[in-house]
Amino acid sequence: MSETTHDGTVALSAAMSPDEGLPASRLAARYGLTVSGARPSLAEYVRQLWDRRHFILAFSRAKLTAQYSQAKLGQLWQVATPLLNAAVYFFIFGMLLKANRGLPRDIYIPFLVTGVFVFTFTQSSVMAGVRAISGNLGLVRALHFPRASLPISFALQQLQQLMFSMIVLFAVAIGFGSIPDLSWLLIAPVLALQLLFNTGLALIMARAGARTPDLAQLMPFVMRTWMYASGVMFSIPIMLADKPQWLANVLQWNPAAIYMDLMRFALIDGYGAENLPEHVWVVAGGWAALLALGGFVYFWKAEERYGRG
Amino acid sequence: MAEQTDQQTGERIPTVIADELHIVYRVHGAKTGKGSATSALSRIVKRGEERGVRKVHAVKGVSFVAYRGEAIGLIGSNGSGKSTLLRAIAGLLPAEKGCVYTNGQPSLLGVNAALMNDLTGERNVILGGLAMGMTREQIRERYEGIVDFSGINEKGDFITLPMRTYSSGMAARLRFSIAAAKDHDVLMIDEALATGDRKFQKRSEERIRELRKEAGTVFLVSHNNKSIRDTCDRVLWLERGELRLDGPTDEVLKEYEKFTGK
Repeated sequence: MSETTHDGTVALSAAMSPDEGLPASRLAARYGLTVSGARPSLAEYVRQLWDRRHFILAFSRAKLTAQYSQAKLGQLWQVATPLLNAAVYFFIFGMLLKANRGLPRDIYIPFLVTGVFVFTFTQSSVMAGVRAISGNLGLVRALHFPRASLPISFALQQLQQLMFSMIVLFAVAIGFGSIPDLSWLLIAPVLALQLLFNTGLALIMARAGARTPDLAQLMPFVMRTWMYASGVMFSIPIMLADKPQWLANVLQWNPAAIYMDLMRFALIDGYGAENLPEHVWVVAGGWAALLALGGFVYFWKAEERYGRG
Repeated sequence: MAEQTDQQTGERIPTVIADELHIVYRVHGAKTGKGSATSALSRIVKRGEERGVRKVHAVKGVSFVAYRGEAIGLIGSNGSGKSTLLRAIAGLLPAEKGCVYTNGQPSLLGVNAALMNDLTGERNVILGGLAMGMTREQIRERYEGIVDFSGINEKGDFITLPMRTYSSGMAARLRFSIAAAKDHDVLMIDEALATGDRKFQKRSEERIRELRKEAGTVFLVSHNNKSIRDTCDRVLWLERGELRLDGPTDEVLKEYEKFTGK
């Protein structure tokens, strides 16, 4: 330890090359080296993400399967869980409280169950989004992939979960007198728009949650407030009939209420267009586009910083 | 190795350049002092620069240039920043200050984090492969090879059982087999040699030598001086996050052994 240079390094390597003494950045440029872990351009990022589509899908399926793999009934719980949920709501609101809040009972039960399932889709996407990066730091620090894969994958997992709930939902709708008809085809565009919206939201929450993991504690309260304000258990126009119109409009145009109402409109025979706010499809599409694009760009902007401890 | 490259191309081609690299971990909720709720609250109210966060300066100003064809060992005592440095080279840990330039995409040998214990070995092979960026076709081609290499099916049809039912040795073998199935430009190995039984260790050492041939540059973190001596021609010695020595294996290891022998 005699010939120590100023930074504590002893240069034992005697080999001198013409590059010696060149500043690192110039040397890197000369040999076409690029900064490790730098953020790719937006177009390049989309391309990388597309290359990882199989991983995104496989990861979401794996998460879904792993969820119930220790249970004796196994994957049956995918359907049993929403079924039990619906049964609880039916028992409490349909039989015990008889609270139909201004709607006929035959409509109220499917109205309620649809609301709960559709809102749960958004809610669980948000909750999974918050933990998408902060809960998977091991993965983020071990492998290369566009980090947006994680929140997108979690949103897809929730969609697959919802597919199982839809089976129950169809049974409830038919059980309360709705007949499958052409309007049921509207379910597909509604789900597609809501998936876009949820994915955007999950991306935003993933970036926020990566920086502030405390959000995972806070979000359940935010989500519950949102749920009560979105008319999961009541019809907004009926409940707010004596309040100013703008308040009802604001609540009805909030994305959660929009997607719930559209789904109800598609599924329930007695729930007609008169229950929908004006310009409902435009608003539904607008929310989806705004959140999906905005969320994606917002998430990408911090791409190189995910994984910092 | 380095000399060979010299003869072939006349000059040494850098593949990894680290320039005054600093890595800082931020640990939440580990602030020294009272951990009570009131003190946490007061920290929030006071709005310090970074409240309730302790910084760990894991790598402090490390600079080096790695060339094509080199196998570089990273040594140092526990917590000296070896693994952190590897992750930073791979671009997985953002640098606080300084920069790492690389040629292509350096990859860390390891897929542990992508695998799920509740899934079968079969599905984990596919998931791990996809996570490393392999295509479905590549995985299908190499699937048999991965399973055979791991030796999971030597004692019965274990690959169709969930990974949680594997012994720790079996799980480690499968993880290594998946990780080693991909070819890399710049390969980093973090003490991967120490998994499994003797027979498997032999096999994995052989596989690492193969990977070395295919890869441009190899980094190896190990506490086993023998395996460093066997595989590396240059060694970086890290201590407390600082680069203490950088040179040919024999010289650095001699100094290191003198240091640890004390």
